[in-house]
Amino acid sequence: MGNPHKAKAERGVMRWVDDRFPATQMWQDHLSKYYAPKNFNFWYYFGSLAMLVLVNQILTGVWLTMSFNPTAEGAFASVQYIMRDVEWGWLIRYMHTTGASAFFIVVYLHMFRGLLYGSYKAPRELVWIFGMTIYLALMAEAFMGYLLPWGQMSYWGAQVIISLFSAIPSIGPDLAQWVRGDFLISGITLNRFFALHVVALPIVILALVVLHIIALHEVGSNNPDGVDIKKKKDETGKPLDGIPFHPYYTVKDLVGVAVFLFVFCVVIFYFPEGGGYFIETPNFEAANPLKTPDHIAPVWYFTPFYAILRAITFSVFGLEAKFLGVIFMGGAIAVLFVLPWLDRSAVKSIRYKGWMSKVMLALFAISFIILGVLGVLPVSPGRTILAQVCTVIYFAFFVLMPLYTRLEKTKPVPERVTG
Amino acid sequence: MKKQLFALLLALLPAAAIAAEGELPYSMEPDLHDQASLQNGMKLYVNYCMGCHSMEHQRFSRAATDLDMPQGLVEDNLIFSPELAFNDQMHIAMQPDDAENWLGAPPPDLTLEARLRGSDWIYSYLQSFYKDPSSQTGVNNAVFDQVAMPNVLEPLQGVQEKVCATTDKPIEGQEPDSLSGKYQSCDVLRVTEEGSMNPDEFQDAVYDLTNFLAYAGEPSRLKAQALAPKVLIFIVFLGIICYFLKREYWRDIH
Repeated sequence: MGNPHKAKAERGVMRWVDDRFPATQMWQDHLSKYYAPKNFNFWYYFGSLAMLVLVNQILTGVWLTMSFNPTAEGAFASVQYIMRDVEWGWLIRYMHTTGASAFFIVVYLHMFRGLLYGSYKAPRELVWIFGMTIYLALMAEAFMGYLLPWGQMSYWGAQVIISLFSAIPSIGPDLAQWVRGDFLISGITLNRFFALHVVALPIVILALVVLHIIALHEVGSNNPDGVDIKKKKDETGKPLDGIPFHPYYTVKDLVGVAVFLFVFCVVIFYFPEGGGYFIETPNFEAANPLKTPDHIAPVWYFTPFYAILRAITFSVFGLEAKFLGVIFMGGAIAVLFVLPWLDRSAVKSIRYKGWMSKVMLALFAISFIILGVLGVLPVSPGRTILAQVCTVIYFAFFVLMPLYTRLEKTKPVPERVTG
Repeated sequence: MKKQLFALLLALLPAAAIAAEGELPYSMEPDLHDQASLQNGMKLYVNYCMGCHSMEHQRFSRAATDLDMPQGLVEDNLIFSPELAFNDQMHIAMQPDDAENWLGAPPPDLTLEARLRGSDWIYSYLQSFYKDPSSQTGVNNAVFDQVAMPNVLEPLQGVQEKVCATTDKPIEGQEPDSLSGKYQSCDVLRVTEEGSMNPDEFQDAVYDLTNFLAYAGEPSRLKAQALAPKVLIFIVFLGIICYFLKREYWRDIH
């Protein structure tokens, strides 16, 4: 097949490149000779989808930057300019706003996969920690990006979250002012958030994604059975249960991409506001520092943590409730970083863990979703109690993990993956 | 467990959405394909609203293109200020500072009003003014209590008043009449002095005006809806091809 002269010329070009840069080597190490377990299931689509959304955010973000005006006077109008006067501007912006929510949906599912199958356990602790750091950077990226359209919810959401810094005893108020760069959120805050959102944080996120993947490819991918596929190799040294990532998983992930894009485009074209969750209704009004909205709720992907913050309504040891809330909110994220050392189970996957792990993970997932819903709603006494119960479950999942993972009886793990 | 989680999520989200909405007396479904309605809505807007309410982000020219109106017609009939050109946004002459001095608060820009409050709200609000001698403007509004805006559509609608009458709308804590099934209320709005339109004509006019505001909130809506099927069909074909490609490659993986 093909022209032998052309093929020879291509080999010549590749050799020339390979003598100067390990292109073929990298292609093989990370794709064509990277052996991944053959039993990946539904939960394994979300890593590649997160990459797809990241590319979407960067590309649409670059084009939005071309027409966006990062000043308090011009930001809101420039977003409308993009929506109306820029060719395809409405599509680019909806891809970016919907992409932000899609990013968190796929990342939460990707993280839940890690919890299900113990993908954080040795030797993948660093994969998990790099991933958690991406999540942290992504939250900062989303938070700062949300201020940029300069709508009412942009402004007041940022006001509420930055004022949390002022709850820290003694240095708090100065710290909050330092973050804002002003006595209240102003054009100065908008300018610095713009710089961080479009330059600093994307660089950090991209670097972390590279580290996440290098660490993953060093130790190899986990799988739904939590079996180490490198233990069983054929005579050529290839894992018996492994298949080259390319072409097997590239074609499989493409199917996932098509399904994802279908849902993504339905939202973009028909429901770009996402029922008021992807673009919040008060954001159709320009920021007004003199008019506080009746109800301020952060964007949905922050609401579980916001609900934890609001659940702390009491002071302990002279620490103010607001400051304690901030500690619990920070703790809820920080505790995820040490997860690899909390899980003392002999097995990785939920398939072979005992009933206690299964119940705790189910309770954790349900309480996380309930907290997310509560974070959207205004406070009421009943909701506060529910949020407190869910906060306790959230932390119990982690704090009790060393106990229940060690005490429970696990099932025997098979030698080979079960499919 | 997955199913339980999704069920829970689905059960809770609509509850959250419903909780945020109040009761509105009327509802309407915008029809962005109805060019006559949108054109009439724009005509009403520039004649009755644009004295005070700008549309800072909506260009005359864009509306002319989208609503299929020739440039000359728009320039002759819809652009009143000599300072405004066909390609300009729908600015108003009143300065915000002056507006604040005169009216207490500057009348809001209405480009995005339909997305901010919803078309049902605008449709209800414009029909809910009633005579109230205790108010500075002589009117109050059943949807927006103590509103500063006068009833600018009064010449069309006539004078509406709160009267005691029967109504089809359920009243809390009241049993319906056993014969007619209606309720007694003293909050019923009724036109007591005819305007230039009868109630049906007025409701149609308010519909057109609201429809135009719905259009102005998102002029790209029709374009998005027209493009969507093409993109989605492409993705479905892409998905089918990818699926068979995957099946072909994975044939020998057991």
